[in-house]
Amino acid sequence: MYTRHKILRILSNNDKIDREKPFFKKTYKGQRTIHLAKIEADGMKVLKIKKEDWAKGLEKIGESCRLLGPLKDGEFHNFKELGRGELPDFNFQNTRLSPKSIVYPQSEKMFDYTLDQNDPDHDILKEAEKNYSSQVVMGIRPCDAKAFSLVKLNFDSPEYKDIYWLKRFESTTLVGLACHNPCSSCFCTSAGTGPFHSEALDMLLVQEQDRFLAQILTEKGEALAKIAGWTIEAGSNAQEQITTMKESAEGRITSFISGENLKNKSAMEIYEEPYWEDVSFSCINCGTCTYLCPTCWCFDVQDETCGNCGIRIRNWDSCMYPLFSLHGSGHNPRGQKLQRVRQRFMHKLKYFLDKYDEGIQCVGCGRCVRYCPVNIDIRRVCELMNRSEACPVTI
Amino acid sequence: MLEYTEKIREISKQLLKDCKVDMVIGFRKGTIPMMNEPTFIKSANEVGQLVWDSNCGINLANYLTNRKENIGIIAKGCDSRNICVHLVENKIKREQLHIIGVPCKGMIDKRKIAALFEKEILKVEENGEKIVVEGDGTVKVFEKKDVLQENCAICIHRNPVIYDDLVGDLVEEQKDVDRYEDVRKIEAMAPDQKWSHFDDLLKDCIRCYACRNACPLCYCPTCFVDESRPQWVGKSIDPTDTRTFHFLRAYHCAGRCTDCGACERACPVGIKVRTFTKKLEKDVKELFNFEAGLDPDVRPPLDVYKTQDPEDFIK
Amino acid sequence: MQNPYLPYPVRISEIITETEDKNLKTFKYVFINPEDEEKFDYKAGQFAELSIAGKGEIPIGIASSPVEKGFLKFTVNKVGLVSTHLHNMKVGDVMGIRGPLGTWYPWDTMEGKNVVIIGGGFAFTTLRSSIVYMLANRDRFKEIHVIYGARTPGMLLYVDELKEWEKRDDIHMHITVDATDDPDWKYNKGFVPTITDQKAPHGNDDTYAIICGPPIMIKFTQPVLEKLNYAHDHIIMSLENRMKCGIGICGHCNIGRHFVCKDGPVFTLNQLNNMPREY
Repeated sequence: MYTRHKILRILSNNDKIDREKPFFKKTYKGQRTIHLAKIEADGMKVLKIKKEDWAKGLEKIGESCRLLGPLKDGEFHNFKELGRGELPDFNFQNTRLSPKSIVYPQSEKMFDYTLDQNDPDHDILKEAEKNYSSQVVMGIRPCDAKAFSLVKLNFDSPEYKDIYWLKRFESTTLVGLACHNPCSSCFCTSAGTGPFHSEALDMLLVQEQDRFLAQILTEKGEALAKIAGWTIEAGSNAQEQITTMKESAEGRITSFISGENLKNKSAMEIYEEPYWEDVSFSCINCGTCTYLCPTCWCFDVQDETCGNCGIRIRNWDSCMYPLFSLHGSGHNPRGQKLQRVRQRFMHKLKYFLDKYDEGIQCVGCGRCVRYCPVNIDIRRVCELMNRSEACPVTI
Repeated sequence: MLEYTEKIREISKQLLKDCKVDMVIGFRKGTIPMMNEPTFIKSANEVGQLVWDSNCGINLANYLTNRKENIGIIAKGCDSRNICVHLVENKIKREQLHIIGVPCKGMIDKRKIAALFEKEILKVEENGEKIVVEGDGTVKVFEKKDVLQENCAICIHRNPVIYDDLVGDLVEEQKDVDRYEDVRKIEAMAPDQKWSHFDDLLKDCIRCYACRNACPLCYCPTCFVDESRPQWVGKSIDPTDTRTFHFLRAYHCAGRCTDCGACERACPVGIKVRTFTKKLEKDVKELFNFEAGLDPDVRPPLDVYKTQDPEDFIK
Repeated sequence: MQNPYLPYPVRISEIITETEDKNLKTFKYVFINPEDEEKFDYKAGQFAELSIAGKGEIPIGIASSPVEKGFLKFTVNKVGLVSTHLHNMKVGDVMGIRGPLGTWYPWDTMEGKNVVIIGGGFAFTTLRSSIVYMLANRDRFKEIHVIYGARTPGMLLYVDELKEWEKRDDIHMHITVDATDDPDWKYNKGFVPTITDQKAPHGNDDTYAIICGPPIMIKFTQPVLEKLNYAHDHIIMSLENRMKCGIGICGHCNIGRHFVCKDGPVFTLNQLNNMPREY
């Protein structure tokens, strides 16, 4: 599902670099990103989709796949399954809950079992019947899409593959919606992604007045466009237009984090720093940040029995809860709030970075910032963790 | 209420200088509009961080449970009632506390204001009784009384019931307030109507437990939803389990809940959690004529037996 | 794609109560599908998830040794929901096992070297696996010392085997108890760190120590080993942590950048020094 552009020239926003050689360049705020400025024509196709073709295309897709898109429900938007003829509501900045539940449901059945001793298979777990039919997610923001590639690192290791997550991810086509007006709490550009970023997307839609421009990024995206009947290619300057809009959107980002020192400082050094008490004091150890976060993935496995039959399910879990690390003996290595809060930030901004060397485990969507009941701000914590010299606690 | 900030800082500074307390728990300015972050100050020269405005809806009594230090705590009406409940329930000792009482005129409801705008709110400023909100490319001005949190609009205990210092003059308590209009509306529904009302209310619940954790009353070392021997409640988002959690939590708070609204404020998906606790508050008031947290020497009704307790429901 | 969460069905073939307080039982399992045994190719030091339908899973060190064919043995302490249910099960009952999981003791590194095994209480399970393995491959190791202690004689595991090993002359057994008023007790009396101090050989490039025990025992044994000149990368430990999936995905056992279930549970002290003390 990764983009397969031919990278011929890579330009960064502000710096003059050797235009012949592609390389990774640190952005002006310290995170590594690849800026794609100009791609040769044979690398990427751009289609134009008029409003009337949009609705028709969605109908056609809906005939063979599950279609999901953002819909307003009460006061906010969330991804829901679209009914026949139902159009996604793109009048939103981002959904309240992240779309991670499309690939990774909050409660997922893993196995069935029966405890009926007359059944020859009693007490033996049987794989549950799953439905991995194709689904298309329309209008996912680039930050949430990139989150999938970060989460995939966890569920797809050389030794063990999480069959549920991977199968569902493989059957999902991600059609992104570029952000023209990022929120004031979005810091995607310094978290390895951006409002027009194409990682993990199969198609990227750029909304204009009366039409969409659609960048076809992968074979899956190409196949989807065919099914939908979206075949009209945009003019030769479409890519340039997109680049202009992208730069303008990136210019509207007002929130940044600095992470250039995170790689070099040792984990134990950051672990022992004195500000954790101040950072963790207000935390109420609810699960809001972890459940809303598109890159958080921890889960709990439970058996639920009713009469003689039962299921083994997995549910989202949160490292914020004291039960998360409780041993059977009663010993709890993270029994104190400070230890749990520190664990969350260390995992997202340091341990993950060290383990995979693919950037931090955060895409800057800003949900935890906006919905933390006590306003613990990951941007502030990152700033503290990134400091290279000893500083007083208060800032 | 912005003028309270100076007084809060002054009192806190003196307390810390005189070593009367080890720390002062209050709010510091938040990083996004309409939010402040609870914080603790341990040194007199850091009191400049403390602020007070109409975004201080979080119940600071939540941070007192089982602490051993001497604490200066900033408490508005509902917070001070929760401190009384803590005293009754032995979660903290009176001698440990220096209560900085705040006569409160209500906190603004960030959801109510957000719902009046299409896009993001960029800035919110308080100007006396007016709230100035910038968003959607315009600036709108609201009367504070029109955008109060729901529990604040019907509050009848705005003044702290227990305090060592006051940061301002006591405010007039609201009179003739119908606290249970919403509860009666639901009580009047037919059973299947009620069922679908509650189903609808709880459909978005993601079992994050923000409501439980924001509540000062929910301090059980192991909450009933986390027990495994026996396991009372499933951990999935199955609607039966979700209902069990909310209903049972409301019952555990019956006779103790002060309607501070912290639960509703904390919910990330905007569930009106107070629907359940208000019903039980009404029942306790009607059956036992009791309101929680008004007197640290009076035990709640579900804790004591009196011979004249109503028993017409016992068949 | 194989489902890594699906356990192999097994049947309990034997249950032995190991300790006088009846809290520790050794369960012997046979695979219901014989071809699963081949797939369950394990090494001493690894663990497996014992899975009981309707109750859950628990990560338990494998007490049987890879050289013992036809069955698996696990010694389980009764502490919680699943282990209590397991203790009430009978011979012939069906359940599941997932594994083998985790890292094993560094047998390749320890080839041709002296091995000192230090165990306390019921953490001795994977150490039994190791001792049986070494005795079956005796010529691949030099001196073998075993220091094993429990609170009282009735709390020692595998007492019959301990007695058999004690009789051998190719392994030095130092069995100890914290205290006993049994006049016939012929072995040592004293805490494990004390006996380690008295009986363990000095550390050097050719000597490795494997420690497995409760945190308090490890806390006091570690300085003794340092005093005896054991380098931190020659001290091998097996950690415990709360686990759910056992395959490094659910996040519960995460410490630093590692998962105790996948990058461990075997770590050298050197590695542990660079990890937060969250275990």
